[in-house]
Amino acid sequence: MTEPTSLSLSACSHLPIPFNTSPEPLELIAQGAESLLYKTTFLFPSQPAALKIRPVKKWRHPTLDKRLTRARILAEARVLVKLSGEGIAVGGGGRKVKDPKKGNGVVGGMRGLVPAVLGLDWEGGWLVTEWIEGGTVKEAIYRVSRARTMGGSGVGLSGDAVVEELRGLLRKMGEVVGKLHACGVVHGDLTTSNMMLRPFGTASPQSSKPEGHDEASAQLSTGPAPDVDQPKSTSRSQTSLEGDIVLIDFGLATQSVSDEDRAVDLYVLERAFGSTHPREEELFACVLDAYAHGEGSGMNGKAGKTVIRKLEDVRMRGRKKSMLG
Amino acid sequence: MPIAVGLEGSANKLGVGIILHPSHDTPTDPPSPHDSAHSDDGAFHPHSKQHSSPPVQILANLRHTFVSPPGTGFLPKDTAAHHRRWVVRLVRQAMKQAKVRLEDIECICYTKGPGMGAPLGSVAIAARTLSQLWDKPLVGVNHCVGHIEMGRAITGAENPVVLYVSGGNTQVIAYSAQRYRIFGEALDIAVGNCLDRFARVLHISNDPAPGYNIEQLAKTGNVLLELPYAVKGMDVSFSGILARVEEMAKKLEASNGSWLDPETNTSPITKSDLCFTLQETVFAMLVEITERAMAHVGAAQVLIVGGVGCNERLQQMMGIMAEERGGSVYATDERFCIDNGIMIAHAGLLAHKMGFETQLKDSTFTQRFRTDEVLVNWRD
Repeated sequence: MTEPTSLSLSACSHLPIPFNTSPEPLELIAQGAESLLYKTTFLFPSQPAALKIRPVKKWRHPTLDKRLTRARILAEARVLVKLSGEGIAVGGGGRKVKDPKKGNGVVGGMRGLVPAVLGLDWEGGWLVTEWIEGGTVKEAIYRVSRARTMGGSGVGLSGDAVVEELRGLLRKMGEVVGKLHACGVVHGDLTTSNMMLRPFGTASPQSSKPEGHDEASAQLSTGPAPDVDQPKSTSRSQTSLEGDIVLIDFGLATQSVSDEDRAVDLYVLERAFGSTHPREEELFACVLDAYAHGEGSGMNGKAGKTVIRKLEDVRMRGRKKSMLG
Repeated sequence: MPIAVGLEGSANKLGVGIILHPSHDTPTDPPSPHDSAHSDDGAFHPHSKQHSSPPVQILANLRHTFVSPPGTGFLPKDTAAHHRRWVVRLVRQAMKQAKVRLEDIECICYTKGPGMGAPLGSVAIAARTLSQLWDKPLVGVNHCVGHIEMGRAITGAENPVVLYVSGGNTQVIAYSAQRYRIFGEALDIAVGNCLDRFARVLHISNDPAPGYNIEQLAKTGNVLLELPYAVKGMDVSFSGILARVEEMAKKLEASNGSWLDPETNTSPITKSDLCFTLQETVFAMLVEITERAMAHVGAAQVLIVGGVGCNERLQQMMGIMAEERGGSVYATDERFCIDNGIMIAHAGLLAHKMGFETQLKDSTFTQRFRTDEVLVNWRD
């Protein structure tokens, strides 16, 4: 990922139809290896949306490029639609679908916890999803981490209280991943940059008019530039970790219920967390604890614990095979 | 004098190289073009005007390849016998060519792994013998690190993402905190193995290398058939692709020209089309994971090493990708891409300068030796 640049700002002619006629330039939010993420509106000027474009890769054969772009856009959209439960009943709790207590509560179990699909075009190579308000979990943790460094001074919070808040956030991360897995999907690229912390009350039911998006847009960035936090965030509580965790970027997601895939998913998150938030690394156990206990009607207790045991194996071999000549 | 002899024999190439690292302490006059290994090759001029260390001098770089008949691969036993038969001749010739005296040699470097057991073993014995005979310390070298360090020295790439692709290895590597870390790799067979085994089914010649002959055939192919495409994050898998393309090869042999291009339904599918299809598919996978690693670590340079790295189509695709990212691609020619002794000498000498030595009792070889096991303490 490179930092969001002003690359997009002059004209939109390089964007696929219908975004090339946008009267205002789209705001480039993030640029990954595969795709460009823009903020735009969809159908109504009042409906903010995230536009993900998979540009043509000139280095690969055009036929292959078309085939891959189509497959990937469709796969991502299918996973998102499945998760938001649009008319699809979802089994729960891993393999034991018939668990009477918890697992079955997950028909459309991720509704509101993943962005809804608004539109797509595999020929043009784009996917539009609902815009998620708030910032990334990564930014939130950085913010809190800074407050911790300053000893909580001026915030009226002791270091311990901050740690408690962090624990709460991490438990929520474990819950949401548990729910995702219970729905039969593994994310494939879990990091704190792929989790949004959406303040309560800013969820936009698709049909209704979204509220409060204009003032939030100032603090939005899924880009990896956490250190450019605007001064205005200090006006809020330094440690506002309230809100729902919403998972984004399902570009590498697959539909799977295998313990192995789920454990690798957790392992990827564990490694990413450790390298992004070294100071908070010892708190990561909260994520696994919440996951294993199936909090928030995620993985039911038994399935969750099996995955955690599998995670031990994955850790031991470091995800990788032992290398043969 | 900082001169090292390197012996390589992890697969079907036996290599002997002798390298000189001009010493750091004597502030020398600006290196004349004749000092540097790359100067005799205009295509691969180093882009580093301020390379941190003075350029290395290649005093000798000899190689002898065991070529098996078409339709077969190289077996460990025969390959080891080949290396035993040639190693004395090659060392003699290298010493003669390098014109160095025995007392100038600082250490004997050999490939400790990874690779095929039997060939590694025969070369390790040769290295031990030289070390005892000449009373020189031994340095066991990781083959992959040898490739990376040689690629950096030749191209002058400072801190590139490395794509290491050969008959035995497929890895995307980036340097961090004194280790070459593997960001992505093949989960089953290596890309070069996939190409080699495909060549066997079509009875494509192994001389000079099956991959080279596939590359030449692919230049006249233009139909892209559908193969599996197996990228998982930054990892790749080739065994399914091999199975599918082998099926296609058999279908082609049985069809007698009756298998037509599904798009146009006129021209028959040829060997060249299969080679083209295979190359386009597996190289797209490699470029994709490399791009992902570059985006991940924020690098713009990419270095391709290993035997498959000679392939010009792969270099071209990687070049377009790097250009789109505002970076550039670095590659070497067959002298340094394909397994060679000089890279072992180079990486061994770098380690030896930091005080690393392999005692005789530890001078073993191993088929499994991961790139990230090596402490790269000669880099910051």
